[in-house]
Amino acid sequence: MTAVPATRPVYDGQALDLTGRSGARALKNTLATALIGLCFLIALIPLIWILWTVLSKGYHLLLEPSWWTESQRGITARRAGGGAYHAIMGSLIMALICAVIAVPLGVLGAVYLIEYGRGSKSARAVSFMVDILTGVPSIVAALFIYAVWVTILHQNRVGFAVSLALVLLMMPVVLRSTEEMLKLVPDELREASYALGVPKWKTILRIVIPTAFGGIVTGVMLGLARVIGETAPLLILVGYSKAINTNPFNGFMGALPTMINQDRDNLALENAADRVWSAALTLILVVLLLNLLARLIARFSTIKSK
Amino acid sequence: MSTDGTAAPSATPDSTSGKKLDLGPVGHLGDRLFAGLAKGSGAAVVGMVAFVGIFLLALAIPALANDKSSFLFSRVWQPGAEPPRFGIAALFYTTLVSSVIAMLIAVPIAVGVALFITYYAPKRLASPVAHTVDLLAAVPSIIYGLWGIIFFAPVLLPVSHFLADALGWIPLFKRPGTEDRGTLFAAGIVLAIMILPVITAISREVFSQTPVEHREGALALGSTKWEMIRMAVLPYGRSGVVSAAMLGLGRALGETVAVMIILSTPNENDPWNSSIFAGGETFASKIASSAAEFDSPSKTGAFIAAGLVLFVVTFIVNSTARIIVARSGPGGRTKRPTARRAAKSEGAAA
Repeated sequence: MTAVPATRPVYDGQALDLTGRSGARALKNTLATALIGLCFLIALIPLIWILWTVLSKGYHLLLEPSWWTESQRGITARRAGGGAYHAIMGSLIMALICAVIAVPLGVLGAVYLIEYGRGSKSARAVSFMVDILTGVPSIVAALFIYAVWVTILHQNRVGFAVSLALVLLMMPVVLRSTEEMLKLVPDELREASYALGVPKWKTILRIVIPTAFGGIVTGVMLGLARVIGETAPLLILVGYSKAINTNPFNGFMGALPTMINQDRDNLALENAADRVWSAALTLILVVLLLNLLARLIARFSTIKSK
Repeated sequence: MSTDGTAAPSATPDSTSGKKLDLGPVGHLGDRLFAGLAKGSGAAVVGMVAFVGIFLLALAIPALANDKSSFLFSRVWQPGAEPPRFGIAALFYTTLVSSVIAMLIAVPIAVGVALFITYYAPKRLASPVAHTVDLLAAVPSIIYGLWGIIFFAPVLLPVSHFLADALGWIPLFKRPGTEDRGTLFAAGIVLAIMILPVITAISREVFSQTPVEHREGALALGSTKWEMIRMAVLPYGRSGVVSAAMLGLGRALGETVAVMIILSTPNENDPWNSSIFAGGETFASKIASSAAEFDSPSKTGAFIAAGLVLFVVTFIVNSTARIIVARSGPGGRTKRPTARRAAKSEGAAA
């Protein structure tokens, strides 16, 4: 009974070192830090490499006014000249038609998930299907529209069919970002509106959606950025035309991705290579511009909670 | 449905939250119209996915019925022949191998980048760094393809040679007879770059949700930063990373144009080559490069059948990813106890 304090640590006069770590652990920590930093640097390499390649090879044609005003009509792979006007117009037309269909569907779908179906079984099913739709490869979407539009309805391959395929790709993007934004709209706003006797649909249209408007526009921009760079639906659903065609229901249509694709077998020819890289740069610029706009709008329109 | 006026408030699923007002029976035409539109859009989403499956199946069945070779196990692809013979074994192999290569490379790097953004980069730099990585997602796939075959593949060639020389006794790494830049290996690495931003974004999200208590507890017990990450952050985010990887896999499986441009198409008569240093065709690249051959219903049907397989595979992969997310809390939309705790501690930290 006298030896009770035997287990108690005895202070032996040496200071306890609480700051130091054993060499192996410190080494591991340093190693991990280095590896994690390295991962980031590795991720940067392709980004800088690709952007530099496209920029350095493609910039000089973009400086010529004809690039923005002329088409490739009558210009063969060997010849220089012409522009990308037909492709830019084609890309924009198809993307805009897609947006006209996809945006209302996406926004209303999000309204359903948040305002009408919140928490219900059917809303969960819809939400799950949105996730699945997000993951549908663009080639499958294109094949589906081909099956309906060409095989079953016996229509020609036209720009409008591409827009339909793009709807499948754009709608989930718009829906998700709208949904995220609607979630942030404070319930107090809805309740204040209801308390004033405003019906639900008017509350949604006049209070909820305007409050979330910035987020919705951000989603639309991101959706457009996604679909405008898509190539697979263009390859299957519309032919490439070197001339300007602004009619989405008749004839082939140029687009930036297919303009790149058109000349990619002729890269040994200097003029064709120039065109390919300039079209690639134009496409990247359009996509980056849309992304940038999305980010700016998102920054200036965040919903302020109390 | 809270709009369905006949339902008692207690029967509505969200009445427990107490946040919604029951407005009584819906009388307004506007209300009914708008609710109908919203529900219709919700149904349209379900309809789209269902229709994709149904239409592809409907058009694939006649072609499959005429197929004179085993659709699942044959490597022949001659839908134009009389009688048509086509099978997806080779397509499936190429699709799977290139995507697995992409995963093996992208997942560790993406986890590293996500950790870098959430715990290593200075606070001020974290958001620009994250945006920079996101830029990779903004590059259209046709540009990845061009860059991949023209600039990246030649640089990769010595690496391939080295690997083939060192591991050539394994069939998977055998050096093919002919010299070729458009290999599965090159396509896999470019795919890895393409799916990196997706995996990074989701991992980042999950890692940043690690409860402060876990992290500070680990640090308070004297762990180094790395030990804190290994013991608190990584276990917490594991399921999120797994589902991020699955989503990345889904992307890689369906990626079309980049793969189509990079992979060199083997000749009809060449013997089949299983090496990753040979070319090949994936589902998506085969369909896209054969768009010009869609001239007869039987031929189109064969490609639609291949597209259907791709759809089913990506469907399975993506839904598995979502189910993992939903089951395991962090990063999931369904509120499980862990997720709620995470949200609360985040609120406390703010």
